[in-house]
Parts: sequence; C-alpha cells; structure tokens
Amino acid sequence: MSTNTENVEDLVRKEYEHGFVTDIDTDTVPPGLNEDIITFISRKKEEPEWLLEWRLKAYRQWLKMEDPTWAHLDIEHIDYQAISYYSAPKSKDDAPKSLDEVDPKLLETYEKLGIPLQEQKMLAGVAVDAVFDSVSVATTFKEKLADAGVIFCSFSEAVKDHPDLVKKYLGSVVPAADNFFAALNSAVFTDGSFCYIPKGVRCPMELSTYFRINASNTGQFERTLIVADEASHVSYLEGCTAPMRDENQLHAAVVELVALEDAEIKYSTVQNWYPGDENGVGGIYNFVTKRGDCRGNNSRISWTQVETGSAITWKYPSCILKGNNSIGEFYSVAVTNNHQQADTGTKMIHLGKNTRSTIISKGISARHAQNAYRGLVKISKNADNARNYTQCDSLLMGDQCGAHTFPYIEAKNSSATVEHEATTSKIGEDQLFYCMQRGIAEEDAVNMIVNGFCKEVFKELPMEFAVEAQKLLGVTLEGAVG
Amino acid sequence: MTTDIQNYLNDFDQLQTNDWFAKNRQSALNLFKETGFPNTRQENWKYTDVRPIARKSFSNINDQKTTVSPDNVNAIRFTDLDCIELVFINGIYSVEHSRINELPMNVVVENLADALATDNKLLEKHLSQYADNKISPFTALNTAFIQHGTYINVPDNVVIERPINLLFLSKENPSPFATHPRNLIIMGNHAQTTIIESYIGLDEANYFTNAVTEISLSENAILKHYKIQQESQRAYHIGNLNVMQNKDSKLESHSIALGGSLVRNDIHGQLADEGAEIIMNGLYMTNDKQHVDNHTRVDHLKPHTFSTENYRGVLNGNSRAVFNGKVVVHPQAQKIEAHQNNANLLLSDDAEIDTKPELEIYADDVKCSHGATVGQLDQDMLFYLRSRAIDEETARSLLTYAFADEVISKITLPEIKQRLEYLVVGQLPDAALIREFTNE
Repeated sequence: MSTNTENVEDLVRKEYEHGFVTDIDTDTVPPGLNEDIITFISRKKEEPEWLLEWRLKAYRQWLKMEDPTWAHLDIEHIDYQAISYYSAPKSKDDAPKSLDEVDPKLLETYEKLGIPLQEQKMLAGVAVDAVFDSVSVATTFKEKLADAGVIFCSFSEAVKDHPDLVKKYLGSVVPAADNFFAALNSAVFTDGSFCYIPKGVRCPMELSTYFRINASNTGQFERTLIVADEASHVSYLEGCTAPMRDENQLHAAVVELVALEDAEIKYSTVQNWYPGDENGVGGIYNFVTKRGDCRGNNSRISWTQVETGSAITWKYPSCILKGNNSIGEFYSVAVTNNHQQADTGTKMIHLGKNTRSTIISKGISARHAQNAYRGLVKISKNADNARNYTQCDSLLMGDQCGAHTFPYIEAKNSSATVEHEATTSKIGEDQLFYCMQRGIAEEDAVNMIVNGFCKEVFKELPMEFAVEAQKLLGVTLEGAVG
Repeated sequence: MTTDIQNYLNDFDQLQTNDWFAKNRQSALNLFKETGFPNTRQENWKYTDVRPIARKSFSNINDQKTTVSPDNVNAIRFTDLDCIELVFINGIYSVEHSRINELPMNVVVENLADALATDNKLLEKHLSQYADNKISPFTALNTAFIQHGTYINVPDNVVIERPINLLFLSKENPSPFATHPRNLIIMGNHAQTTIIESYIGLDEANYFTNAVTEISLSENAILKHYKIQQESQRAYHIGNLNVMQNKDSKLESHSIALGGSLVRNDIHGQLADEGAEIIMNGLYMTNDKQHVDNHTRVDHLKPHTFSTENYRGVLNGNSRAVFNGKVVVHPQAQKIEAHQNNANLLLSDDAEIDTKPELEIYADDVKCSHGATVGQLDQDMLFYLRSRAIDEETARSLLTYAFADEVISKITLPEIKQRLEYLVVGQLPDAALIREFTNE
C-alpha cells in the first residue's frame, strides 16, 4: 500500500518537475548574492523551510567572513557579486550534435586516455541518443543498489525523499559557517550527491562505476553527503579522468562523510578540471572543503585523490578520528604544470584512543607551477596511543617551479607517536639516463619515473581508475621535460 | 594594546641619547609603536602568546647599582676555560668582572655602548643591517633601546684561539626590569673564532631579556656560536640571532635552552653566496609551566649553499614547546642541500609540543629533506636496561639523557660540552646514578 502511494506521488512529482524544468529554462538570475537569490534557489528546488533557514544562516555568517589568505596561493580578487548563483540547465539543443563539433584538442586527450567512443560522446556533452546502452546499465545498477537498501541519489532528491536523514547529518561534519568557501557553498549549493548505506550492508558495487556512467554534470556549488551506518562499507569515486570544461570559474564544493561504528568509507577523487592555458589564462578555481567524521568506534575513512586539473586548488580532505580505534588515511598525488597552483593536504584530528592515521602525499611541480602540501596532525589530550605516519615527497621539473611543505604537528598526549618525513628533489638524472640508455624515449622515461614516484597512491585507487590515472599523469606532464 | 607599550615609550623619552644612531632608534621605536606586540593570530606567533610580557610593566632604564660579588660570577664562568670574557649585570657592562686581555692585533672586542660613543664608520656600516626590525616587533624594540652589548670585529686572516664568552647575568631587582642586549659580530675574510652567549638568571629574579645578535661573515670566515640560556624560572627571554653569510663562510650554531618561563628563540640565516654553510644544533628541555619556542629560518639565496639542522626537545610537567624550522630556497639557487630534523620526547601527559618543519622551494636541482617526530622512550631499550637490573626510573633517565646527548655530543669545545652534560643530567631524576654511568 505504502509503495503504491509513493509511486503515485513520484508520478505526480515527475510530471510537475518536467513542467518545472521548462520553466527554469527561461529563468535568468541576475549576478549577485543576497537573501532573495538564496530564497529563490531554495524555492525553485522546493526545499523545506528548515533548509532555507539553514542556507540563510550560512549566508549571514559568510557576510562576516573574509577570503582566506593564508594559503600559499596567488589568487586574483574574486568578485562574489559578479557571479550568477543559479543557472538554468542548458537546453539539449545547444549541445554538440556529434563528435565532429567538439574541440579536437579535447578529443585528442580522450584518445590518449583510451576512453571508449560512446563515453567520449557523453563526456563531451554530445546529445546521446536513447540507444546508448549505458542507460540500461545504469538502470540495472539502480535496481541492484535498491535491493541492498543503499540510497544513492542527487542531493535534491534526497531532500525530498529522505528529509530526516539529510536534516540529521547535513552540516554535522562541516558546519555551515566552517570556513569562507564552505559558508558560501552552504548558502547557495545547487545540487550534489547523497548516499546512505544501511547497517551491516556492504555496498554491492563501487559507486564509482555507477557514477561514471551516469552523472558527469556536476554543479558549481556541489554538496555531497555520505553516511555509512554501523558496520557498512562503501567505496565512492568522484570526478573523472577525462578533462572537464566548465564556464564557471569558481567551484566551491563541500563533501561530508559520516562513518558510524565499524563502518568504512573509501572516497577517491580524480580531479581534472580545465587548468588554463600555457600562460595561465583561464582555468578553474577549485576551493573544496572535504571532511570525514569517524564517529563510531573502529570506523575508517580513507581519502585518495589525484589532482591534476584546475588553475588553483585549495583542498584539504580531513578526518576527525572521534571513535576509539578509528583509522584515517590520506593518499594524494597533486600535479601542477604551467601556471597551476595547488595548496592541498589534510588534517588528522585524533580524539579517540588508539586512533591511527597515515598520510602519503606526492607533489609534482613542473614549469611555472607552485605546489604546496599543508597538513595538520593533532593529537588531543585523550587520544591515548594515537599513531600517525606522514610522508610528503615532492618532485620538481624545471627551474621555475616551486614545491612547498607546511606540516603542522600538535601533540598533547605522551603516548602518541607522530612521524613526519618530507623530501624534495629533482627528477633523478641517473634514472633518466638509465632508461634512455636502454632506448626508452625521454618522455616515456619521465612517465615511468613519475608513475613509480606515485605508485603508493595509485595502488589505493579502484583498479580501472588507477590505470587511467597513470595515463592522465603522462598527459598532464606532456612536454614538461626538455 | 597601546597601554601595553606606553611604558616603553615613556622610557624611550628618558633615554636621551644623542649619538649618530639616534635616528635609527627613533624609527625603530616608531615601527614598534605601529605594530605593538605580536599576537597569536599572526602565523609566526600562532603558538606563543606574549601577553604575559606585554601586560607587565618593565623598567627599561637600569641603574648601575646592582652588583654581584666576584664569587657569584666565578661560580658561573668557565673557570677551566681560557677565554676572553665580557660580563653584563642586568644588561649593564661590568668592567670589574670582564676580562679582555691579550687580544690579537687589530681585533676589537668591546662594549657596544663604548663603540657607539665614538665615530665608527665600520659600525655604521654594519649595525642594524642584518636584524630586520620589520620581522619582529621585539627586534625593533631592541634597536630602539640599543646601548650595552658586545661589538666584536675580527679582521681578515685573524684566528682567535681563545673563545669569547659573553655572560649576561640577571639578578633580582626591586622592580621588574627589561634588558635589550645587542651584539654585533663582524668577521673578515678567513677569520675564525668561537663565541659563547650565556644568559643566566641568579635566584628567582623577575625580568625580561630581549636580546639581538647580528653576525656578518665574510669569505671563508668560520664562526662557532653557542647560546646557553639558563634564565631564572620567572624570567622572559626573547632572542634573535641573525647572520649574513658570504662565500664559503661557515656558521655553527648551538642553541641550548634550559631556563626561563616564556622563551622565544629566533635564528635567521642568510646564505648569500656560493659555498656558504650553516649548521644549526638545538636542544630544549622544559618542565613545570615553561613555554619554549624555537623558530629558525634559512634562506638559500645562491647556488651551492648548505644547511643542516637538528633540534631536539625533552618535555616534562605542564610545559609546552614549539618548533618551527623553515627553509626557503630562492629561485636559481640550484644545487643546494638542506636537511632538517626535529625530534621530541613527550614525557608527561600535560606537556604539549607543536612542531612545523617547513620547506619553501623555488628551484629544482635541490636536495631537501625534513623530518619531525613526537614520541616516547623506546620500550625495547627500556626492557634491555631493565633486564640488566637497572630500575625503571634510572633506565628512563638514562635513555632521556642519551636522547639529549645527540645534540650535546656535536659540541666540539670540551669545557662547554662537559658543562652542558652536567646541566642536562641535573634536570633528570637519579642524576647522581647517571653520572656514574656516563663519567667513566
């Protein structure tokens, strides 16, 4: 009976939504940010009153905040009033009709990454005809997930269908006014993903697989919330190895992870937004707040990221190790080339007893790029037997680039063990020579060495992405040596 | 904050100096007036709150009446070390206690106040050139109050065999006082010497030492610099060491911090030409409510420059230690090598360590590494000692001593090494037993 009602409701909503979509198409929101705009976004998305209030509260806090300037980044002043915070989805008519209309440079990169033709079309935004079999694949996936009881949907859907869950967990890891960009996101976020794994469930597939086929249109202000209930397990992949173009220069996403007792979340990111051209013109500003909360005992959160894109990256996926015996991990490869800048790293906050964390960070900097690792390891007074191991290595290519390390260690417990190690060096000339002497072209040799350098991180990625990430690295660093 | 600095402004007005440096004093004071004391929102002072210093009203004008008996001084000086010695009591140079004799030809070692009183072109060229008033308000404050201190000039090709010991004694005064010792060390080409700066507090004196040392090393100059800080348990100590290094020069800096309630030590090395090398060795042992902050910064400005840093801390009681080591490799400074290491032993649950080894690198052909650790005594080593019938407390002390000795063993001057070993052991339980173990 209840399912029946739901179906009917779905049907009603769907029809309404449909009409609604056509509606927004004609809507244009003037640039600027004020309470009216936020109310407009919230109303458009038919959000409950509490969420609108939450947004407004975040906005009021945001007004009192200032742009962070502590990062080792050179950011041109951003006029937040010049940005349009709600853009209607693009009509399909504007999309390229076939691959012939797509920027050949983009296609060349797809080719190098070995992306199948059908997927290439999708990624380039070509209006795909109904025959494209991924649609049916996606449907099968959806059924499989539903059978397991896993909720995986867009954030707006979650607000409508699972308001209690959203209300309970939204902002519980990254409070609305956590920092400048998180506050901005909380006020104006448009969509994102929501994922809930019920007690004792091991998510039947890597959500990456699903994600890659299904949704590649991420918003400018994305909000992701993943909740792993007791003893559950999920692996999630965000982003895509394929280069993504976007007209919006500023991206301020927020990702919140909650792991309850015995739960495990593995979150992998491949970020390849448009980095700007060789002279540093254009490119995406990627200011992301990512935080995981190991709320229950024996929980585990693992972040793996491969950051190759964006003109500026400002991102610190962190773990709050609240539960006893909980584990936090951070594996990162950050590559900057040309005029790219990255200030990235992690925070491991040890609160519970016997908590452990591992940080492996590999930074590669080429040409005029600046690459910084910034991290905090904090052992609080009650975190008995806490353990941290950190290793940050930087590889430099070219005499104009920079690599920087800013690790903060704060220890207040005498049973804690914290180790931090960092090295910075040039790509090994001996290694290069060895390879070239055996007939390997310089560029291939560089690729090989760089991949070896990043191996510790790549092995944490889901299989197929590890392969692509290796190729991606090669593409990103093309021509960096010589 | 204005009320906090008012007392300094008043004292400055009373100073009434009329030498060639007066203009620099005034501009340094203006700078200090503008910035006031640093606060914890500034990255450089994130972990060190100087409000205890700012809130207190120290007298900056010291009468010269405080005296110390020769016995008192003898108990402190290195009696078995043949050295040139300058003694300062509550910031004022003491002719009576100092021993400046048998100086090699053309070497100048004198009280800075005397040097300032005369027309001295060399002094004009060097004073206040290496310590940037803008970097720390405390340096600006010191510059504003420059008077007593040491001026050392070692001309080209002169090697001074006997170490120069600068002894800064502080003794209880009816009212809390501040001293601003300033040392300027100029070393010519191929000059060599050893300088010891000792800061010692007698009884439980309540005072604030704000010391600045500037060093200029010409080509191939070699300086060994020791700083031994044993201020009283109620004293505040802010120290700044700034060095400008020319081609192939070498500085060895050993900094041992044992005393003081609130301590901040800054070392800033600038490797301004090829072949310059800096070695920084440091040990801090804290207990009770002590707060000791060590900040070091090395700028590799030119290719083929080298830096090595090794700092160790032993923390006990409610104490807190801060370490921040920064290495900056400037653009085009290729083929440099920089290694840095900070190890900490946390012996109490109420102690806290905040450490941050930083690398900022703008050149590619470099070899840089840094490491930081926080930990406890090795259980296996403890077990080894226990299994050989050494009781737990002694075993712990022995291992703690071994940890600290990593730094002390690098000291080449035996007299200093022995004294430091003695002092370090003295801070541990079962001191007598350990001495038995180690003094064979």
